[in-house]
Amino acid sequence: MNVFDSPPTRPLYRNFQDGVLPPNFCPSYVSSVKRSPRQPLVPLPQTVSELTGPTFAPPENIQPVDLTKGPHGQALGERILVSGRVLDEDGRAVAGTFVEIWQANAAGRYLHARDQHDAPLDPNFIGCASLVTDTKGRFAFETIRPGEYPWRNHYNAWRPAHIHFSVFGPAFATRLITQMYFPGDPLLPFDPIFNSVRSQTARERLIALFDWETTVPEYALGYRFEIVLRGRQETPMENKP
Amino acid sequence: MTEQKNHESLGEAVPQILSVTTYQTVGPYFKIGLEALYRDDLTKPDIPGQVIEIAGTVFDADLTPVPDAVLELWQADSFGRYTDQPQKKPFEDSFGFGRVPTNEAGRFRVRTIKPGAVQAETSARQAPHILVSIFMRGLLYRLITRIYFSDEPGNADDPVLRSIEPRRRDSLLAKADPAQPHRYEWNVFLQGENETVFFDL
Repeated sequence: MNVFDSPPTRPLYRNFQDGVLPPNFCPSYVSSVKRSPRQPLVPLPQTVSELTGPTFAPPENIQPVDLTKGPHGQALGERILVSGRVLDEDGRAVAGTFVEIWQANAAGRYLHARDQHDAPLDPNFIGCASLVTDTKGRFAFETIRPGEYPWRNHYNAWRPAHIHFSVFGPAFATRLITQMYFPGDPLLPFDPIFNSVRSQTARERLIALFDWETTVPEYALGYRFEIVLRGRQETPMENKP
Repeated sequence: MTEQKNHESLGEAVPQILSVTTYQTVGPYFKIGLEALYRDDLTKPDIPGQVIEIAGTVFDADLTPVPDAVLELWQADSFGRYTDQPQKKPFEDSFGFGRVPTNEAGRFRVRTIKPGAVQAETSARQAPHILVSIFMRGLLYRLITRIYFSDEPGNADDPVLRSIEPRRRDSLLAKADPAQPHRYEWNVFLQGENETVFFDL
C-alpha cells in the first residue's frame, strides 16, 4: 500500500505501459550516451508534491494563436492549421492547461544562436507561442510547416519535420515535453529520436493526422494532433511495488 | 465520408483507454519556446518565509558541465502548502513553479522561499523538498529528482529519502554554505560514481 498518502486523498496516475517511454540511454541517439543515468530509477510514490502542479482557469473558447504574422509581414512557407485537444487516457478533456510550442522555419532553421544550418532565417518567423487549453481541452494555432534539417548524429542524418510541444497537465506527474510529426514523412523510419519509442502505437500517437474538416479552402491544410496525458486510476490502488 | 471520419469511428469502437502521448527530447533549441517562462526568482512580496538561493552545476559522464539543460522546480510554500487552485493569469499569481536554464558553464541559480515540511491530510510527513524535472538535448525523457536541505533534521524521517540506499541519499541534499547559511549548493551528476538519484514516477 501507499504509506505516503493512505488512503489517497487525490486519485493517483496510472503507470506507463512497457515500451511507451523512450529509454534515456539510447546509443543510436549519440548525445544520450554521456547524458543518461546508468543507475536504475528509484520508484517515487505519488504524494501531494507529485499530484499538484500549476493549473489555470480555462478560457471559454479556443484562444486563436498565429505564428505566421511577423513584424514586416507574412512568414514564408506553407501555412498550416494545427488543432487538437489535450485529453487524459479516459478521454476526459484537460482544461486550463498551459501549452508551449516551438519549431524551425520553413527552411529548417531555428531562430537560435546554436543553429548554424546553412538555411535562411525568416525575419517574419520567430517560431514560438504559448496558450491555455479551453474548457473542452482544445487548442488551435496557425503556423508554417517546419522544414526538415540536417544534424550530426550520424552520416547524412536529417530530422523529420516536427513541432515541439510542452504540456503541463494537472500535476507535476503529468508534465510532458514531446514532438509532433507529420503524416507520411519519409524521414521518420530513419530518425533515432522518433524510433527510440519501442511501442508502435506510442510512435503513431506522435504523428498528426491530416484533417479535412479543419482544412480551409483556398487557405491552408489542417492537421489534428491529440495529446493524451496519463489517466487516473479508477480506484485507489497500490502505487509502486 | 472522409478518411478522417473513418479513423475516428474506428477509434471510438476499439480502445477503452486511449494510448498515452510519449516523450521526445526537448532538443538543443528549447530556449525559443521555453524562455518566456524562465523563472529564477520564485519569491514574492506576499509570500512569507526564509529567502534562500540554490545554485549548482549539471555534469555529464565526463564531468563536463552541461551548458544546455533546463531545470523545472515545483515546491510548497513555507507552510508546506501547494498552490492547488486554478489561477487566472498563467504563472503570475501563483507560487511554486520555477524554470531555470544552465549557462555556458553548466551552472544554474535560483532564488526562492525555503519550503516547509509537507503534510497532506492523511500522508506521512515529508521533510522540506523541491521537485525537479530536468530536460536537455540527449535526454529523451525528463529526469525527475528532488532537492532536500542538508540542515533539516526531518530528513532522517523522510519516507522518500529513507527509501533510497544510504550512500546515494547525499546526492539529493543541497549543502548549506557554512559562511552564508541561506545559500545552498546542489550539483547534478547525470552519470558516474556520484550519479544523482533519479526517480521513476
